[in-house]
Amino acid sequence: MGDAAPLAETPLVLIGRHGRRRVVLAADHAAEKAGLHVGMPATKAQALVPGLVMMDGDPAADEDALERLAIWALKNYSPIVAADPPDGIVIDATGAAHLHGGEEAMLGHLLSRLSSSGFLATAAMADTWGAAHALARYVARPSLVVPAGKSAEAVAGLPLASLRLPGETVAELRRLGFKSVKDLLDQPRAPLVLRFGSDLGRRLDQATGAQRELIERVRSPELVEAKQVFAEPIGAPETIAKYVGKLVVILCQALEQQALGARRLDLLCHRVDNRIEVVRVGMATPVRDVKRLTRLLTDKIETIDPGFGIEIMILVAVVAEPLEPKQRISSLVQETEADVSSLVDVLVNRVGERRIYRLEPVASDVPERSVKRVAPLAPKTEGDWPTSWPRPARLLANPELIETLALLPDHPPVWFTWRGVRRRVARADGPERVFGEWWKADPELEAVRDYFQVEDENGERYWIYRAGDGVDPATGSHRWFLHGIYA
Amino acid sequence: MSITSANPTAIDTLRDKIRRIEGHDSPQRPVLPFGISAIDNWLPGGGLALGALHEVAGGGNGAIDGAAAALFAAGIAARTKGPVLWCVGRPDLFAPAIAQAGLKSSRVIYMEAGDEKTTLACLEEGLRHGGLGAAIADVSKLTMTASRRLQLAAETAGTVGIVVRRWRRQAEAADFGQPTAAVTRWRVSALPSAPLPVPGVGRARWHLELLRCRAGSSADFYVEACDAKGRLALFADLADRSGAAEDGRRSATG
Repeated sequence: MGDAAPLAETPLVLIGRHGRRRVVLAADHAAEKAGLHVGMPATKAQALVPGLVMMDGDPAADEDALERLAIWALKNYSPIVAADPPDGIVIDATGAAHLHGGEEAMLGHLLSRLSSSGFLATAAMADTWGAAHALARYVARPSLVVPAGKSAEAVAGLPLASLRLPGETVAELRRLGFKSVKDLLDQPRAPLVLRFGSDLGRRLDQATGAQRELIERVRSPELVEAKQVFAEPIGAPETIAKYVGKLVVILCQALEQQALGARRLDLLCHRVDNRIEVVRVGMATPVRDVKRLTRLLTDKIETIDPGFGIEIMILVAVVAEPLEPKQRISSLVQETEADVSSLVDVLVNRVGERRIYRLEPVASDVPERSVKRVAPLAPKTEGDWPTSWPRPARLLANPELIETLALLPDHPPVWFTWRGVRRRVARADGPERVFGEWWKADPELEAVRDYFQVEDENGERYWIYRAGDGVDPATGSHRWFLHGIYA
Repeated sequence: MSITSANPTAIDTLRDKIRRIEGHDSPQRPVLPFGISAIDNWLPGGGLALGALHEVAGGGNGAIDGAAAALFAAGIAARTKGPVLWCVGRPDLFAPAIAQAGLKSSRVIYMEAGDEKTTLACLEEGLRHGGLGAAIADVSKLTMTASRRLQLAAETAGTVGIVVRRWRRQAEAADFGQPTAAVTRWRVSALPSAPLPVPGVGRARWHLELLRCRAGSSADFYVEACDAKGRLALFADLADRSGAAEDGRRSATG
């Protein structure tokens, strides 16, 4: 609503028609605090809260917005996402959570992204859509992860309204004295179904995980996709590879028409037993090269379990970016930079995005902080580490305590013992004094390390340091550590 | 073709044919010279074969820390052109040292494969790509089959592949005696550094053993470690003494 929006603390409700009555469709925090709830007649709400701001609800626009949100989640989180009207989206996180650092991290990330764009959301992750739906609305504050196999227990204590049943059924069940999901689970199923229809049993089973539920993936005309339906289900890896190749050709043609290149591709294989096997590949740069995309997808065929056969294959360019023809360098003198983006894509899809990186210098004297990881194809920065002091080829992640005999304040040790082996120092260089970075942490205000490069009698060279300046105990413990090994 | 007469041209053509069957298209394969005549003259072709697999390991404690072996590999990679893929095993490689061996940080793409199988697969991928200057991997076990695959990949694409062998325990280093398909096998051990007229540590020196060399024989070299451009040098007191002065001494207090 922009500037026209009422203040956050003003109670606000959305009003819509329900049959012939005008009822509250949605209420914000302030309104709920004032005692209003969804489904209450509009007139009653008005009478209860003076100064209530009432606005007409627009269910069609809500649905559109939900679809857009689902597509955003599709692009960012998982290949299978659907809108769960009226107020949710459902994400199939199978095989997607680990890419975001685990299930909890994924929910945390999702919620923080949503709240930064102004949505107040709760999220739950469970074995089934039904359970996650119920838990997100009734338990998650703001997020909850139910371990695998525990969904049935988790939903047992929830009210009946969490079961995605029509309002009348819930009201009738309440009248009969059923309060929670557990009450229903304890009852014999047949009489319930006889009275309320099979819907009740189905919803119960879906919530507890006894019955699977297919998530119908959200679709959008803006996503370029190619589809292949098979008369006979296919299952052999070679056949899958063949059709992947065909789909990629079709997709690339469609992308070319729109001058796009794919950044992320989803291959969805609908199996005959109503499951979907998904392969998602990412590219570091927009790509429209048939050979390259086929290669990336066929690399992952072994992760597809065809079960009794695949009947539909859909290839979607979930994230596509403009890809215009570019002129290659044709000058005589300038050397062309080898393009390794295809290699990076292959490797990233094999081992994960975080494990391929370039290392760049950081202006810090503390050795372990002088290196940072950047994306392999990130723009190159000029400059390197200072070369005034030789650095060891191997740096221990944790400096190891060594025993030494050394003159204070600034002499290298005469000998030191590391990992049980005593070495006499034949030559040494130093000290190179490194000061703590007080702007990073308070305890570093006075911290000092004196680094020495020492060589033993066999010519093996080590990078050792003394914590502290050798005079003032405030600067460090004056113990010696081995930090690196020279070549 | 008739092979009735044993004239030298016929034998040459046959040799050529065999070489082509073996996958070497051009009779003269490109090499990367070390710039040290003693080493270059020893190696067949006058330098380290590009488009081939090489093995490097450290001697003594270097078998475990792999520091000198890594720098030796970095020095070779530094003298190639194009990006370099480095599949690291244990993430303790200190990038500033690699940069000091002449391999600029902007050229190296590091990768942590997690296990050795993936490391080898990724190294092969890198070798096959063809756009890289060099592909390096830290590996402890290298079987004949695996090395053969890598060697073939390196041959087809013309990228130099370097396997830095590094083990967890000294006892495992005996594995370095097992045959592999690598073209050369090097062992780098630390030697006491060049003596300086003042207290301090001079340029590192290595005992470079060429343990195995296809179409060549093994040899020992005593060299000074990589300079800022990745070049090795013979000992100043073995060659001429002019080089000794350039690698300056460092003052004791920095």
